[in-house]
Amino acid sequence: MSGVFVWIEQFKGEPALVSWQALGVGRKLADEIGEPLIALVFGQNVGELAQKAIHYGADEALVADDQTLAAFRVEPYAALVTKLIEERSPRFMLAGATTRGRDLMGTVAGQVGAGLLSDVIGLDVIDGNLQATRPIYAGKLLSKEVAEGDFQMATIRNRAFPTPDPDESRTGTITQVEPVMAEDEITVKVEGVEEAVGEVSLTDANIIVSGGRGVGGPEGFEPVRELAEVLGGAVGASRAAVDAGWIPYAHQVGQTGKVVSPDLYIAAGISGAIQHLAGMRTSKVIVAVNKDPEAPIFSVARYGIVNDLFKVLPALTKAFKEKLGR
Amino acid sequence: MHVVVFTKSTPDTAAKVEVDANGNVTWGDSPLVVNPWDEYAAEEALQLKEKQGANTTVIAVGPEMDNDALKHCVAMGIQEAVRVWDDALEGSDSLGQAKALAAAIKKMGDVDMIITGKEAVDVNSDAVILQAARFLGWPVLSFVAKIVEIDPATGAIKVERLVEEGRETVSAKLPAVVTVVKEINEPRYPSFIGIRKAAKLKIPVWSRAESGRARSEVEAGAAKTKVLEKFPPPPREGEVEIIPSDDVEEAARILAEKLIEEKVV
Ligand SMILES: Cc1cc2nc3c(=O)[nH]c(=O)nc-3n(C[C@H](O)[C@H](O)[C@H](O)COP(=O)(O)OP(=O)(O)OC[C@H]3O[C@@H](n4cnc5c(N)ncnc54)[C@H](O)[C@@H]3O)c2cc1C
Ligand SMILES: Nc1ncnc2c1ncn2[C@@H]1O[C@H](COP(=O)(O)O)[C@@H](O)[C@H]1O
Repeated sequence: MSGVFVWIEQFKGEPALVSWQALGVGRKLADEIGEPLIALVFGQNVGELAQKAIHYGADEALVADDQTLAAFRVEPYAALVTKLIEERSPRFMLAGATTRGRDLMGTVAGQVGAGLLSDVIGLDVIDGNLQATRPIYAGKLLSKEVAEGDFQMATIRNRAFPTPDPDESRTGTITQVEPVMAEDEITVKVEGVEEAVGEVSLTDANIIVSGGRGVGGPEGFEPVRELAEVLGGAVGASRAAVDAGWIPYAHQVGQTGKVVSPDLYIAAGISGAIQHLAGMRTSKVIVAVNKDPEAPIFSVARYGIVNDLFKVLPALTKAFKEKLGR
Repeated sequence: MHVVVFTKSTPDTAAKVEVDANGNVTWGDSPLVVNPWDEYAAEEALQLKEKQGANTTVIAVGPEMDNDALKHCVAMGIQEAVRVWDDALEGSDSLGQAKALAAAIKKMGDVDMIITGKEAVDVNSDAVILQAARFLGWPVLSFVAKIVEIDPATGAIKVERLVEEGRETVSAKLPAVVTVVKEINEPRYPSFIGIRKAAKLKIPVWSRAESGRARSEVEAGAAKTKVLEKFPPPPREGEVEIIPSDDVEEAARILAEKLIEEKVV
């Protein structure tokens, strides 16, 4: 037996976009070594997701549909992945470098003693081994690393690889598998999730509009939000704004916040401290709005406007409303 | 209750990190600091000490430079510090370090909880802690933004975690590994007395053998990942184009057009 495993992450049945990106990478690796691409789909009522995984490039989907797997928990998920690795002896396994992907892959790597390349932005097979490029020191440097051993793992950074186009005519095998742990053997219980409703996820967003100390207070985020809304983007923030209590920590971009890589990043009232740049410097196009022409943020920006953000952001919102007809 | 903080030293986050001609990472004369995420872990351990009378220890697997991080935690108020190191660990990967950490915990014998930052800001492997948990057979509660309650009698622990979709409340049983995010607390500054204590402290160094691991399990030869090369990221292309904004409305229209043209909107 052989193959490339890709874990398909879902929350309440909704797949994580990065899982399709991982399938895209997995397809390339599987073709290079001439082995099948196998999607692991765990949850409850996830049959449809298994079908989608095949549309996105998998040759086979191993589906575990069970109440114990409804919400992600490391223990039952890692136990099942470990069993499937023992049964199928895959060469490689990939997953997204999300909160869940990191937990699952790190645990499985410890369990089976495999090399794990985490949060990679480039991945190839060289002489039969995984070779990855990954950011270190918060993106100040890159590291080229290679895995060794019979079974090798990698987690991939969200948006670092393209999302493949699904092909609905693709067919593949769907195989049911059984969970290994019973509920009473699982020590961790999920009591509930308080969802942040109506917000675009920072790490998935194509467009992010961020505010910093320059917004001056919680109400200063209004023009930031309005611009994000017309653009269908997410709202980010610098640590200064988070520490001041103007916006929750979940919005913080940077070394001790989220690392993001949108197509468009608009930084308003953010000076561009090295720790902030660490979280957004790989954005495709960066726009800086700042009163101070010397602000370091301009050194990574493609476009800049040196002016008061309270004038610029509303004007941008208006301009986009007109041009996009929203 | 015995709470152990895992930590390591990292270059200051403001440091300019570069690769020298020999391929080694340098950070000029910037100081080493405790991995910033771990300050939140140390603070949380101290709050457990104050609220629940926990004993606190901090451990690093690493060379002498990790003493800085250990001393910072002691200066904050952590009671004991241990460094685990010998030459077999030189060049070890996350699996080797995790084995050494797990072995040190087993040697201590009475540990109820490991608490640490969500990741190390230097190499960001985010694997050490999960693998150590696996070697111990303990559950991991990661990205914790709040410890809701701990019942020392039954070992029940309930926490709130930050996940992509929001906040998840989960419960588990100690012993467990907890990794924390910044939202959890406001780390205290080291006290004057703490700094004096840390300065005088002779940190015991446990060799790998003392923590019960065979050389072959942890040394570089056993590593399953290897670093081939470290290099600076490609510079961002092009200069910034400043759009004149005497007329802000006009500037906004020009910028909007350019962004639409670039197909990023
Ligand atoms: C360990 C550590 C980790 C850190 N992690 C992070 C992190 O993850 N993310 C992060 O962001 N920071 C982080 N920082 C903090 C970082 O060093 C900076 O302090 C922070 O990014 C500054 O935020 P700021 O740019 O909003 O504020 P400031 O540096 O104060 O900049 C405000 C900017 O707004 C401009 N401005 C003011 N008013 C206006 C106006 N009306 N119109 C237009 N412009 C205006 C000013 O010219 C200025 O450039 C970290 C620091 C440390 C030590
Ligand atoms: N060698 C080590 N010794 C002690 N703690 C460590 C070591 N490596 C990583 N950690 C801690 O484990 C957490 C996760 O780190 P990492 O897995 O390297 O991202 C961080 O809080 C680190 O400080």
